[in-house]
Amino acid sequence: MMPQNGSSIEVRDLTKVFNGKLRAVDGITFDVKEREIFGFLGPNGAGKTTTINMLTTLLRPTSGSAVVCGYDLHSHPNDVRASVGIVPQEYTSDEDMTGIGNIVFCGDLYGVPRSVSKERALELLDLVGLSDAANRKVQTYSGGMRRRLEVACGLINHPRLLFLDEPTLGLDVQTRTAVWQYIKKLKEDYGMTLFMTTHYLEEADGVCDRIAIIDHGKIVKIGTPVELKASLGGDIIELGVKESTEDLTPLIQQVANVREVKRMNSDYRIKTALGEEAAPVIIDMIRSKGYHVTRIMVTKPTMDQVYLEYTGRSIRDVEADRAEMMKQRMTVRRARA
Amino acid sequence: MSEDNVSQATRTQAGAGPTAWGSERTDRSPMHGLWALTNRELQKWYKVPVLLFMSLIQPVIWLGLFGKAMNFGQIFSGSLSSITTVLKTLDPQITSQQIAAISSQLPSVQSIFGTSDYFSFLAVGMLSFVTLFTAMFSGMSIVWDRRFGFLDKVLSTPVSRGSIVMGKVFSSVLRSLAQAAIVLVIAVPLGMDVGHMTIMGIAGAFVALALMTLGFSALFLMLALRSTDWQSQMAIMNLLNLPLLFGSNALFPSSFMPSWLQDFVKINPISYATDAGRQLLLGSTGFASLQFDFLYLSAFAVAFSLIGIVMSWRLLTK
Repeated sequence: MMPQNGSSIEVRDLTKVFNGKLRAVDGITFDVKEREIFGFLGPNGAGKTTTINMLTTLLRPTSGSAVVCGYDLHSHPNDVRASVGIVPQEYTSDEDMTGIGNIVFCGDLYGVPRSVSKERALELLDLVGLSDAANRKVQTYSGGMRRRLEVACGLINHPRLLFLDEPTLGLDVQTRTAVWQYIKKLKEDYGMTLFMTTHYLEEADGVCDRIAIIDHGKIVKIGTPVELKASLGGDIIELGVKESTEDLTPLIQQVANVREVKRMNSDYRIKTALGEEAAPVIIDMIRSKGYHVTRIMVTKPTMDQVYLEYTGRSIRDVEADRAEMMKQRMTVRRARA
Repeated sequence: MSEDNVSQATRTQAGAGPTAWGSERTDRSPMHGLWALTNRELQKWYKVPVLLFMSLIQPVIWLGLFGKAMNFGQIFSGSLSSITTVLKTLDPQITSQQIAAISSQLPSVQSIFGTSDYFSFLAVGMLSFVTLFTAMFSGMSIVWDRRFGFLDKVLSTPVSRGSIVMGKVFSSVLRSLAQAAIVLVIAVPLGMDVGHMTIMGIAGAFVALALMTLGFSALFLMLALRSTDWQSQMAIMNLLNLPLLFGSNALFPSSFMPSWLQDFVKINPISYATDAGRQLLLGSTGFASLQFDFLYLSAFAVAFSLIGIVMSWRLLTK
């Protein structure tokens, strides 16, 4: 039996230096709990894929240690490989084989007996909704189907822990939603732990139990989506006051839960916990001084704002990089055809 | 606290769903997955007959051009008759015994090529040619696999690193033997001497070819282990293929060659595979003993396979 409340991944001071100078991952430390969906967020080149590659034994760490599924990365790499599943960023299925052929082939590599893997392949194809395409060559699959096939391949050894590197990259909204559903299902129905990287902040927000934001090879923030958003200082109230020459800042600061007030002429930007409750109190207070509130807006922090706060970059920059990446991928696809 | 543990356990069990994952027994022997990897490579080839056909065009053209057009046997017997004419012109009194005595001082086709015709001599060389070229391409497939992420996928499974290399090597060996068999079948109607062929002889010749390809496939795969660039791989292949081929006795007997080249021929494994083939298929007198041929080829195959496996442990993971 696996420990009930243990950690699935324990990473201590893990570092990867390429060519003696490029510190792709710079001393990261974190734990992933059993039965948790753990998200890794960060711009391109932040070290997400390098981290996954180290945790799945594809790269040797320069220093530091990690225990994955109870096995040490350095001393028992083969046990780590046997206990985890991987859904890589690229489409790695063999185009000349059928969908089911690919899954059974993966089973062979994991040493799953053919009698078991054939049956299991059918179950997995059903899970990802590819049963109808099982005997078609992968060449004929769409991007979404390929991605789902990758998920099925990653599950052939019935891993306790699944790594997903950008599982929804380049997929349309509908397929993305479907992939997230499988991911949630894996956790809820099969008790799996999932470790994934993604660019889609709002989806990470909805799916992940905990999120780590990584930038320049370092983890800059780690916590539940709610904690991350709360760490920004809570909600933001923006309000406009008519004909006020007096600075109302000290007054507003007296209201409970208000953390920070910024005055821009007759507009105020207020950071507060529990914005919905603070707003009426503030309005009342301003009215009692004889001023008139012209407009008010309460905004809840989004993952976008969290991301901006901790990486100093908007997700738009990342999208631009992604366009570049998709171009590369298209080239590769054409080369294959 | 104990209550909390119980509720945790219940939740985990209830959530564990239809199958309890992660507890199944799997085959963890070091050889598992080897056949799957070998078979994957072979499928790419036998499921596309056009590729098989194309890979045979070159050796068959060589057979036709070199074997038929540059027929050294013809040149030699032709020169013999012109020598007779020359001698008779110089000295009309010369007897045919004297001519025979002079002629016997000249090298005969049989003594140089070990067979009565150059075509048969070259046909055996072509078997080595086609296996060498197939072996060279073994390195290419690992470059493609790396580029498309397929190699990473295989590396992330518990399959032994050695199997990844040996799967490619074995598929390359099986492929080249099939191609050599087809070349042999084509060469016979084109005029290859079958007078000395026996089943055991053919089997022996193919064992020799298998050992040679094993060694070369492992060698070329090693050169490609770290490569992500198929162009440099092509460059390496082009750099090595013709020197290896011409620096052997596959196309010409080494006795034609300058001594420095003869030294190279003596260390080139292609020479020994070809030599074994000629002795077993054509009954030629070899340039080394048959035992030595096989000993040399076995050592070559084993050494490079082992080096390949050891390098795969070190080089496949960055």
